Amino acid sequence: MTDSLSLLDRRETVACLLRDRGDLLVISGLGSATYDVAAAGDDPRNFYLWGAMGGTVAMALGLALAQPERPVLAITGDGDMLMGMGSLATIGAKRPANLSVVVLDNEVYGETGGQPTAIAHGVDLVTVARGCGLNALDHIRDMNGVGTLAERIHRADGPLFANIKIDAQEYVRVLPARDGVWLRSRFREAVLGLAP
Amino acid sequence: MAETSWSDALFDVLVRQDIRQVAYVPDAGHTRLIERCTAYPAMETSVLTTEEEGIALLAGAWLGGDRGILLMQSSGVGNCVNMLSLIENCRMPFVSLITMRGEWGEFNPWQAPMGLATPDVLNRMNVQVHRVDAPADVVVTLDAAIAQSYDGMLASAVLLSQRLIGSKDFEVVD
Ligand SMILES: Cc1ncc(C[n+]2csc(CCOP(=O)(O)OP(=O)(O)O)c2C)c(N)n1
Repeated sequence: MTDSLSLLDRRETVACLLRDRGDLLVISGLGSATYDVAAAGDDPRNFYLWGAMGGTVAMALGLALAQPERPVLAITGDGDMLMGMGSLATIGAKRPANLSVVVLDNEVYGETGGQPTAIAHGVDLVTVARGCGLNALDHIRDMNGVGTLAERIHRADGPLFANIKIDAQEYVRVLPARDGVWLRSRFREAVLGLAP
Repeated sequence: MAETSWSDALFDVLVRQDIRQVAYVPDAGHTRLIERCTAYPAMETSVLTTEEEGIALLAGAWLGGDRGILLMQSSGVGNCVNMLSLIENCRMPFVSLITMRGEWGEFNPWQAPMGLATPDVLNRMNVQVHRVDAPADVVVTLDAAIAQSYDGMLASAVLLSQRLIGSKDFEVVD
């Protein structure tokens, strides 16, 4: 386990990543990542997952391939990333420059009671992502690193992978809409100008 | 029809229907179609590590304005079950072209359980199933499935029966 003194605050981290978001498109993984993205401010270009565990990163890949001119960001937890770990290989085979994957790594399944994930036992997602051919940054442990990442997300020199060591502290949940039909319709309206 | 011309006819449907993203875990029956799609610059083909990735990937593609299709064999349907909740919850279009195994002259019993369960599993997850047994129905069925998925938001799967794929007419001739 990482020294808790050096762990980042998840809400502050996500707020920093989304502060000057420009035309960034965001897919958030079920659990705390979805609450963090909602807490940073609702936006029709956010697509919040409430289920489909393991699918966040693959979904962001499909979006990035469809919208190559826009930066696309997947934000998710280490548990969701582990379930969808094969998607890193799928990304490595396609290498879309506009895609960034950010893992909020608290080393636990926070949503389900804080059981340790494989990360707590020494598994290293940065090494996995690097092995899959993503531009994987070293583990991010301070807000300077988060700030640098926020800039790189917009630079389209990806596929980028960042694992951010965050505190396992739980916040009061900020719950965005759960109606998938509404979420997807407003997303497509905002991004494509299509009426539902 | 030889497998080449049959696959070529399916490829023509994908082009005509403006399919931009093709995600797959390969099956021998899809070999030629995958080759055609990969060689076509207006299509993004993504090779998956597991079929459920394809459901999420194509959902993302559609959020970004691309139509897509998932190619897999019947065993892969078993890998997809929970991810299909994404399609149902969001009432997103979804279409898959599935080669059947374990049902007709199969020599490998490990293909049989999911071959048998495939239509039920898809139905239970609200995916309409269109089974094709006759060569003459291949093109019209895929056409209809894509149309109802993308125009009617009705998730659908086309099952190419093992008898059809394995029949002599569909063997690779070259
Ligand atoms: C297929 C599936 N398996 C298990 C669950 C239960 N579940 C919901 S959230 C979650 C943990 C997510 O962990 P992580 O991605 O690390 O996010 P955190 O809650 O720690 O922020 C689990 C196991 C589920 N929803 N779907």
